[in-house]
Amino acid sequence: MSQAYEIEDHVYDVVVVGAGGSGLRATMGAAQAGLKTACISKVFPTRSHTVAAQGGIAAALGNMGADDWRWHMYDTVKGSDWLGDQDAIEYMCREAPRAVLELEHMGLPFSRTEEGKIYQRAFGGMTTNYGEGTALRTCAAADRTGHAILHTLYQQSLRYDTDFFIEYFAMDLLMDEDGVCRGVMTWNLEDGTIHRFRAQTVVLATGGYGRTYFSCTSAHTCTGDGNAMLLRAGLPLQDMEFVQFHPTGIYGAGCLITEGVRGEGGFLVNSEGERFMERYAPSAKDLASRDVVSRSMTIEIREGRGIGANKDHILLHLDHLDPAMIEERLPGIAESARIFAGVDVTKEAIPVLPTVHYNMGGIQTNYHGEVVNLKDGDPDSIVPGLMAVGEAACVSVHGANRLGSNSLIDLVVFGRAAGLRLAEVVTPGAAQPDLPKSIDAAVMARFDAMRHASGGTSTAVIRDRMQRTMQSNCAVFRTGEVLEEGQKLIDEVWAMMPDIGVSDRSMVWNSDLVESLELDNLVRQAVVTMHAAANRKESRGGHAREDYPDRDDENWMKHTLTWLGDDGKVTIDYRPVHAYTLTDDVQYFPPKARVY
Amino acid sequence: MVEFNLPANSKVKGGTTHKAAAGAKNVRSFQVYRYDPDSGENPRLDTYEVDMDECGPMVLDALIKIKNEIDPTVTFRRSCREGICGSCAMNIDGTNTLACTKACDDVKGDVKIYPLPHLEVIKDLVGDLSNFYAQYASIKPWLEAQSPAPPDSERLQSPAERKQIDGLYECILCACCSTACPSYWWNSDRYLGPAVLLQAYRWLIDSRDESQGERLDSLEDPFRLYRCHTIMNCTNTCPKGLNPAKAIAEIKKMMMSRQV
Repeated sequence: MSQAYEIEDHVYDVVVVGAGGSGLRATMGAAQAGLKTACISKVFPTRSHTVAAQGGIAAALGNMGADDWRWHMYDTVKGSDWLGDQDAIEYMCREAPRAVLELEHMGLPFSRTEEGKIYQRAFGGMTTNYGEGTALRTCAAADRTGHAILHTLYQQSLRYDTDFFIEYFAMDLLMDEDGVCRGVMTWNLEDGTIHRFRAQTVVLATGGYGRTYFSCTSAHTCTGDGNAMLLRAGLPLQDMEFVQFHPTGIYGAGCLITEGVRGEGGFLVNSEGERFMERYAPSAKDLASRDVVSRSMTIEIREGRGIGANKDHILLHLDHLDPAMIEERLPGIAESARIFAGVDVTKEAIPVLPTVHYNMGGIQTNYHGEVVNLKDGDPDSIVPGLMAVGEAACVSVHGANRLGSNSLIDLVVFGRAAGLRLAEVVTPGAAQPDLPKSIDAAVMARFDAMRHASGGTSTAVIRDRMQRTMQSNCAVFRTGEVLEEGQKLIDEVWAMMPDIGVSDRSMVWNSDLVESLELDNLVRQAVVTMHAAANRKESRGGHAREDYPDRDDENWMKHTLTWLGDDGKVTIDYRPVHAYTLTDDVQYFPPKARVY
Repeated sequence: MVEFNLPANSKVKGGTTHKAAAGAKNVRSFQVYRYDPDSGENPRLDTYEVDMDECGPMVLDALIKIKNEIDPTVTFRRSCREGICGSCAMNIDGTNTLACTKACDDVKGDVKIYPLPHLEVIKDLVGDLSNFYAQYASIKPWLEAQSPAPPDSERLQSPAERKQIDGLYECILCACCSTACPSYWWNSDRYLGPAVLLQAYRWLIDSRDESQGERLDSLEDPFRLYRCHTIMNCTNTCPKGLNPAKAIAEIKKMMMSRQV
């Protein structure tokens, strides 16, 4: 190493990495349990990407009509295209109302019904009575629900005795020889110091990796750092081939326009002025599941019915809706459409395009948030000292396709569940054995090598190549041929990494180095995503293969596990889908055709 | 004799000019404030010529293009790029705003980019917001209620009551308003500033909150609240179109009405 780094040590019962919705909720739970808790984040908590969620959070409160958590569960199972684990889905849907009411009690500014209850709107795939009617289930704070949730959770965190380490970049987990997670290495951007955190349990709440793609609704900071840490620790990620395209990203800018627009009566039209979703989903129409709508839009464009000079996008109309309603319930997207598309939504339609939005895959966990691994034939073997929550985790409640507004409920339900589990399994102040001497040697060597990288290719060039490869070869529709080429191209991107060149050598707020470490994280995830997609020879949820157009439950109703070697080689194995529920309060929903 | 000196690093020197590639037709100059904490040298203004035909419309797009293609050492915060996370607050063309929602076309001439005013600069466009965040925590920005919440339902709030917090809860804590306020520049150690007072009012006016008295008590102070002199820079500059000055006026009215 070119320089010895001075390292500051910290010891906590629990260290949470990430301060979005799930990280803050887990932090709060750990603190309430009397555990000495640290929360580490590379951005100030209210800058985390939960803040950008718009439409709402699903919970069967039944404030605006009959509802039942079992109906929510059925919708989620169907939305997942039967790849979701039904025990975990039951847990989420059953706990959802309680988790939402907790948020309200914390002071979250939900929109209200005339009776003063939490306002709920329609969302894609959310039905009553097992698919019969349209459910009003998505609890909303206008179209800024994520902002309201994140700020509320941050406000609560100020009440508890928790140490926040803000603008600290997490480099890697500290894994000992027995495969136990013992802590995490971090870099303080503000003063350039290195900090080694020891913990009885590390909770990864590091979010998704949307930035592997060229066009995504995700923030620049959505680089899936925790996922990449797992891969470097020799642990697998689950279901990485399932990437959700949100039907309505603003054409060009990629900024999100909530599904709540369609929930409030908006609809999509093609160049012929046709409400084409009526053809693809006669019953749910514009409120079909996201994967279904994104595919339909892509077909319309491909068949020449796209909008504009290049016939390459679709229009989202809400100009027929009452301006007063838009002002009350959709003010945020009116602002976004004005700024990023130059559109007055009360008069014109918004140009939109399916845009990468969410990663169903991630770190495999059980419904307590404990990270599990396939070991000695046991698919549910727990990795000691490690938990994961939020978009980083793959519990899996979303299976092959997540329903809109199920992400925010995932964050708070499983953030909360992690807190409850931590209270059970972690003893406050328990002595932690000394760390093995060289546990962080490889971590620091990697950091130092990146800091001094003097290759001929800039971070931005490699990142651009990766993003364009993912965009063109791992898109809404996939074929064997395109994926095979994609594997070759993404492996070439991997091979570019040793030639990376970093310009800034400093330690204080070196955002060139941050972006390079993030790129290293992204490339690993891009590689496993592409290979997992090429491997799965069926169509299910967000993974649509034109050469294998049908779902194949006999051969493929199983989770994909992907490991990544130091040489960039991907190893694939499988984990069975949990075909059982948590309790007898609900029956297992057996697979059937998925029609909206 | 009294000798007056500017604080260290106040003077901004001229810097390097990075020319656009030959053949670029639609060139604009971006002057970016640079400060390198390692060298300790005075800050400088570097000029970057950008081909706008190959660049997105917003100032953030230009900054990212500069970082990607011209000078990877240029340092700034950014995340959501859609005006909701508040990371990329900076002073552009003399006004505090978000780089991600500020169109380059809305600036005449060279685009001048500085950090938010009157913050300690850590590096380039990254300012130290610790005091701002600490002040936010000091107003107890959470629901305080003695009466227990109903076990199986929400606290009720009518649509009219809920409407009271519109224009307040949307704040993204970008600090554009506070760092645009001259009164905050002089007294940010004791004056809470517009962003934090807007949040204070958000909790004062929430029908579910039960600690209005205590909240007002803690603001009853010549500095914390009353250093607002209705200069209105806060309201003029807010990139989300909120009105902190009005919120502060409402707090002052509440103070008055409980005295009569």
